[in-house]
Formats: sequence, structure tokens, C-alpha cells
Amino acid sequence: MRIRTAGVFAASMLCLVGAAACGDGKDDKAAGPKASAATGELVIWADDKRSAALKPFADKFGQENGVTVKIQAISKDQQTTFLTASQQGSGPDVMVGAHDWIGNLVQNGAVDPVQLSDEQKSGIQPGALKAVTFNSQTYGVPYATENLGLIRNTELAPAAPATIEDLVATGKKLKADKKVSEILCLQSGQNGDAYHAYPLYASAGGYLFGTAADGGYDAKDLGVGKEGSIAAFEKLRALGEKGDGALKRSISPDNAIATFTGKKCAFLVSGPWATADVKKAGLKYDISAVPGFKGGKEATPFLGVQTFYVASKGKNKALAQEFVTNYVTTPELAVALYDAEPRPPALTAALEQVKAQDPDLAKWAEAGKNAIPLPAIPEMAAIWEPFGKAEAAVIGGADAKTTVAAAAKTISAQIK
Amino acid sequence: MTTQLGGPATQRVLPVTEPPAERSVTAAGLITKVLLLGLLVAVAVWAAFPLIAGDHWVGLGVLVTTTAGLLYLYLTPRHVPAKYLVPGTIFLIIFQIFPVLYTASTAFTNFGDGHRGSKADAVTAIQTGSVTRVPGSTEYRLRIATQGDPATGALVFLITDPATGQVQIGDAGGLRPADGNPPAGYTVLTAGQASTRSAEITDFAVPTAAGAIRSAGLSRAYEGKAVRAYDAVADAIKDTVTGKVWPADESAGAFVAADGERLAQGWKVNVGFANFTRAFTDDDVASAFLGTLIWDFVFAIGSTGGTFVFGMFCAIALQSTRMRFRGLYRILMVLPYAMPSFAMLLVWRDMFNTDFGLINNVLGIHVDWLGTPITAQFAVLLVQLWLGYPYMFLVTTGALQAIPGELTDATKVDGAGPFQSFRRVKLPLLLIALTPLLISSFAFNFNNFNAIFLTTEGGPFPADNPNSGATDLLITYTYRLAFGGSGAQYGFAAAVSIFIFMIVAVVSAVSFRRTRAQEEVYS
Repeated sequence: MRIRTAGVFAASMLCLVGAAACGDGKDDKAAGPKASAATGELVIWADDKRSAALKPFADKFGQENGVTVKIQAISKDQQTTFLTASQQGSGPDVMVGAHDWIGNLVQNGAVDPVQLSDEQKSGIQPGALKAVTFNSQTYGVPYATENLGLIRNTELAPAAPATIEDLVATGKKLKADKKVSEILCLQSGQNGDAYHAYPLYASAGGYLFGTAADGGYDAKDLGVGKEGSIAAFEKLRALGEKGDGALKRSISPDNAIATFTGKKCAFLVSGPWATADVKKAGLKYDISAVPGFKGGKEATPFLGVQTFYVASKGKNKALAQEFVTNYVTTPELAVALYDAEPRPPALTAALEQVKAQDPDLAKWAEAGKNAIPLPAIPEMAAIWEPFGKAEAAVIGGADAKTTVAAAAKTISAQIK
Repeated sequence: MTTQLGGPATQRVLPVTEPPAERSVTAAGLITKVLLLGLLVAVAVWAAFPLIAGDHWVGLGVLVTTTAGLLYLYLTPRHVPAKYLVPGTIFLIIFQIFPVLYTASTAFTNFGDGHRGSKADAVTAIQTGSVTRVPGSTEYRLRIATQGDPATGALVFLITDPATGQVQIGDAGGLRPADGNPPAGYTVLTAGQASTRSAEITDFAVPTAAGAIRSAGLSRAYEGKAVRAYDAVADAIKDTVTGKVWPADESAGAFVAADGERLAQGWKVNVGFANFTRAFTDDDVASAFLGTLIWDFVFAIGSTGGTFVFGMFCAIALQSTRMRFRGLYRILMVLPYAMPSFAMLLVWRDMFNTDFGLINNVLGIHVDWLGTPITAQFAVLLVQLWLGYPYMFLVTTGALQAIPGELTDATKVDGAGPFQSFRRVKLPLLLIALTPLLISSFAFNFNNFNAIFLTTEGGPFPADNPNSGATDLLITYTYRLAFGGSGAQYGFAAAVSIFIFMIVAVVSAVSFRRTRAQEEVYS
């Protein structure tokens, strides 16, 4: 028996040595490029669509500079994944994402500021540049913008409505004639949708945050709960289920676009992402700005900006800075990313270039010319849910004053 | 006639007096053993490298001890019971005990957005974030060069003023004019070479009168100044322009100024029981807690009970031999179980839509199903019933087949009707077999996040309270509190999940005790 044990032991030791050799071999391979060839590696994370679009340009950048560029597609929860991975030291060097992440990324020390030259700055649309500016510091390079607009079925509604009242009148007439079943497709759902409701809220005199001395948003000046916001929610209520019936909780993110393309409503409030579906449905359509209330302020939508970030905990920050500040700012890349997904480029030169080939793009840009940057301050996280629920409640007919007061209380408790 | 139960008495005596039989080792067994142990060692070696690289010596010690222990255990002929127990124990530690301990330790910290890293990380982030370009300063072109080997030699910045074309050499000592372009004796690094020394370049600063020249990538440089700096003596962040000071507050894990302004970048600290007490003292949390808890019980009991009763009813109905096409019916019954529940939950949500939903359209009614509390609660329970009864149907069918037909026949002889026979004989026997399943089903539904989040998201919400909705379970409610408003608060979420764990544990423990008592009665 002792002999057998010895045999087993010897065999195991062989295996151990073999495994150790394997392990070593693998490690050598991994360590190889770092030690021998003098090239750095740049790791970029983006969502699925943009990863594919970035690939050729990243390869080109790699060849020009003699470095390896790796692109990894992160399909879901990009921000959280990025934060967690950064913290563990397994994050990317460059991250691609929405500009309203900035506040949270900065408070977690996950992104570095970028220093753009005056010339580079002047090539970027002012709204987009403002969006990526946080605490007077530029935290990323914008490449595409998006904003809400009003898409209308021109067979049903030939003229763009000048005001919401016009829109509701046209919609009601079409409904009475049995041509449509809904006056307006503006998504709300049972729990509301603050992003889509904001243009109307702004037109009726509401605001979310005041403006701070440095031009950014001031979290201490909360607009929800103020006089203007109550008046705005009154107007939303009047458009709601107990009023005109233009805003309905049954119109949700899942069915808003489908209801429009199914010709059940003549007007859709949505963004550039809806154009593909609308085109596919073969509708005759036109895009204009979201109309405001009669005698009210302008219905300013939010401006969202897709941004390249330099990760603070990246392993190759110098190269990441070079890529983001000196390469992403070239129009060719912006045009290629536009081809991957049609959103207006943030670089003025690129926008001019693609405007000619896509008439919709100019209309989206026109609809968003007064758009205000979606607040990137971390406090904005406290707004979304309570605001949306308050919107859903007043659309369902709840009293505006108490609803707004409850939302304001919840929001300010979370901001602290 | 003798009973065969237990076998002949002579065979039941343990063969203690016989010498232990030489256990035969087959070649296949030996190879399997060698392969498995080899795999174990391979995994250990693979895991060792990152531990060594990260200087985690305690972890390495644990790894070496565990591996050595396992090798000893399976190479020695002794300790036979341990050979069976150890693998299970190790998996128990890795997958049960470690996560619980980790959750518990997180619950005592303020880990979350704004408090993810260490204090050093926060200081670095604050200083880096405060570097601004000196107003009106030149934007330089940059090349990175060295006098020595490109991979190791000391770096310098070759800085070119684009307006004059003048080249200067910059290093830690400051700027000095260069003779020649590039200056004699200097090698300019290619982007590839420079990128391997990324960290050095990022940290490189050439001091100037107004601040320092730093790199913006590999081809541009700017003159910048860090406005905020950390003062280690005062343990505070100081703004060099305004003179404002933010002293470190170790209890909050943040730099807080005298006027209450706190810097966004904080760090992870131990907060003791603050997360636990917050669950009781915070108005937002406490106000809706009881209502949510009651509905959570209603939901879990309703889901479990409803699916069990309906599933059992179907199983008994299909047990009847008078029924034709039983196999076909059974397959149809199980269909909802075969569909992915995520997709089905979303489909059901759309079917309940007031204007476009299937249910209202088919019935010709206009009910705002998910918009009023009672109908929304009814709706989620209905969805749960549809999703869950096939499981109960399957397990009840199995358990029913294990109940001998003689028992039912005996009750008939004793004059019991079908219902009495079911109530007095079948149901108790079924319950003995199924109670553990019912308890686990209860525990699962008590925390059934998807069932609520994918249908109502906890809504409808009363107009005056956006925090707590009519169909909120404790788990969806705390998810909103911990991850909704102020970004992710993992510490608080961990504390509340410990509370939920305790509630479920108590309910399960009580139920299991009762089951045991029941088993004693019927066995």
C-alpha cells in the first residue's frame, strides 16, 4: 500500500509540475508583450453598436502610433460596470458613455479632466461643450448629441403645430373623425417619464435646478416645489386623462413609437432613435421642435451628449489622453460614429458634413437648438423617479399642489 | 412466516471482527484521482500569481494551506469521512458563508457612490480634478525624449511654442532652452515607446512660475495649476485661490468645510450601526415599512398558496383514470413553466395596459389595472399564479403517485367520501412531502424582485408619496431607497438585506419546526 501511495504521490507531483509549467507558460505569454515589444495597450469600453463603429478607427490609431487598441463591448449597465471595474483596477483606459454620468463619475474619482485647446473647443457645438463641463472643468470629449423633437405624420397633420393647444385641437379633430385613437404619443407609463415630460414642464414655467455662479447647475436651488412647478403640473393635469386626454399613462416607452407607426396617433414626442422605426413604417413624416404652451416659455428639451472619457484608474492614461483629446476631436471619427447610429455629431464640422446627406439630421439639430444640457450633477439622480411619479399622478388626475409638494419633499430629502 | 424487513439477523451484525478488506483501486479510479488533484493544483497555481502580484500574502497562505490540506486528505488512506465532507464544506464556505460575511461587513460601512475608494484615492481625484489651465498661457506642442534607453532612461519634455517654433527642454528642474531640434544627445520616443511609460508621463510636471507644464496626451502640453491641494499636517484640502479649507471628517468619509459644504469625492469609512439605525429612524424608510411588510407577506403567501392550491387541483384532476388524453393535458399544463419568466412578466404587463392591453380589449372593459392599488395587487398575484402553478402541479403529481392506492381504497371501505378521503389522508401525506418546497417557495416569493419590478415597478404610487407603492415588496422598496435617489448605497442596502434575511429565516425556522412536529404525528 505504501508503494501505491508513493505512486499516486509521484503521479500527482508530475501533474503539479506540469500544471505549474502550464501556468508559467500562460503567464509568460501574458507578460510577453509588455516586456519585449515596446508598445502600450489602450482599452476602450463602449456599448455594442459603437464598439463596432469604433473598431476601424481604433485600429487605425493603433497602427499610426504603434500601439495595440482593444475595444470591448459592454452591453448593459455600462456606468455601474465601469465604476466597479475601475475600483478593482480592471477597468478600461477610455470609456464611452452619456454625459450625465459625469457627476457620479467625478464623485467616485473615476474620470480625469481633459485639457482641450481653444481651437479644439471652438470646433465643438457650444451646448455639447457646456454639457461636459462640470465644476468649471471639461471631463470628456463629446461626439454626438440627442434631443427630443416632435415627429408628426404629415398625411394626418400637414402643418407643424405652433403651440400645444394647436396640437391638441388638431389631435382632437382627428380623433373625432376616427382617423386616430390617440391625440398625442408622449410616453409616460404608470410611473411617469421625466425626460419626455420635461419640455412641457419647462414651457409651463417649471425648472429643475437653478444656475450656479460658474454657469453649472446649482443643486441647492431646487425648482420642483416652487410656484412655477406647481403651475406646470396643473397644465400637465389639464392635458391628462381627466382633462384633454392628450397625456395618458397607458402610453408607455414600449408602445409610444409603435402606436405612432401604427398610425393610431398623428404626433410623437421622441428622439433620433425613433427615426429608424418611423422610416421602416413607410410614413410620411416631418420633424419639428416640441411646441410650447400658448403664451408660455419655450419647450426646451434636454440635450444628451455622448462622450469619450479618460478613466482615472486606467493603466495607460497618457495614451488615453492622446486618443480622447487629439483623435476623437477629428471629424472623420464623428462621421463614422454617425454612420453607426444616426445622431447629430457634436463637432460642428462633422455636423455640416452629414447634414447634407441626411435632411432629418438638420431638423433634429434645429429642434434641439435651444435644448439645455441634461443636468450632470449627482443630485439629478434624486429627480427622476419622484418627478416621473408625480407626473403620472397628475396625468391620472391627482391634485397638482399636493403631488408636487410630496415629490419636492422626497427629492430634497435625498439631496440633503 | 417471518418478516423480510431488515433482513436476516445474522447479516445485520457489523463485521467488526473481520480485517478491513484491502480496497481495490481500479486504473480508472486512479487516473480520475490524479486528474482531479492535478486540476486542483493547477487552479491553485493559477490563483497564486495574482495573489503574489498583489502582495496578498494572507490570501496566498490560505491558498497554500488549503491546497496542501486537500492533497494530504486525498492521498492518505485515512480520514475516510472527511473525504466525503470536505468538498461540501468548502463550497458551503465559498458560496454561503463568505457572501454572508461580506454582506455583513459591508453593512457597517458607507460603501456606495462617492464613497467607493480609499482616502488617498479621494485626495488624488480632488487634486487632479482641480488642475486648470493658467489663463492666457501658451498651448505647447510636446515630444517626449530621453538621453538614455527609451524604455528606462530619465524622461524630459521637449516643448515647442507653436508661434515661435522655439524648443525648450523641461524636467523636474524647470524649463531650459534647447540647442538644436531635437537637442543633441536626446532620443525622441515614439508613441509606442512613450505609451509603455504612461504613468510617468501623466505624473510628469515641469515647474513654471505660474504652475507647471503637464502633458495633454502625448503630443500636446499645457501650463496648468492644481487649485486644490491636500495638506497632510492639517489633514485638509485647501483651495489656493480662495483660501477655503475643507478638513477631513473621518466619521463621514468626506472633506467638509466649516460652512457645511462637502467635496463630492469621499472615501469608504466604517460607520458602525448607522445603516441599521437608519432603517428605523429615517422617516422615509420607517413610514412605509409596516404597510410594505404586510403586503410582502400577503404577496408571498398568496403566490405560494395560490399556486399550490391550483397546481394541486390540476394534479388531482389529472390523476383520475377516467380522463382521456391525460398526457396531452399534462404537457399543456406545464407550458407556462417552460417559457422564460422574464419575457412573460413583460408580456403580462403589456396585457394589463388600459388602452392597448389584451385583457381590456378582449373583455371590452376599461379598467386601469396597474393604476389602482387593489387591481394592481390582484394583477401581480394573477401573474404569479400563472407563472407558478405548473411547478406545483409537477411536484404534486409526483407526490401523489407516491401515495399508495391502498390507502384510498381503505378509506372507501371505512365509508369515507372522496373529499373526506382527500382531506384526512391524501392532503396530510402530501403536505409532509411538500412543506419544505412550500417554505422555500415562500422565501423565494418574499424576495421575488423580478415579479414586481418587471410588471408594476412597485406602483401604483400614491400622489403624496413617491417612495412606496401599493405592490412594493421589501426588496423592491429597499432597492429604490438604496439605488434610486442618491446613487448606489451598498452599505445601506447590505444592512436592509440583513433585516430581510432575518425575517425570512425566522419564518422558515418556525415553519420547519412545525413540519417536524407534523411528521412525528403522521409517522
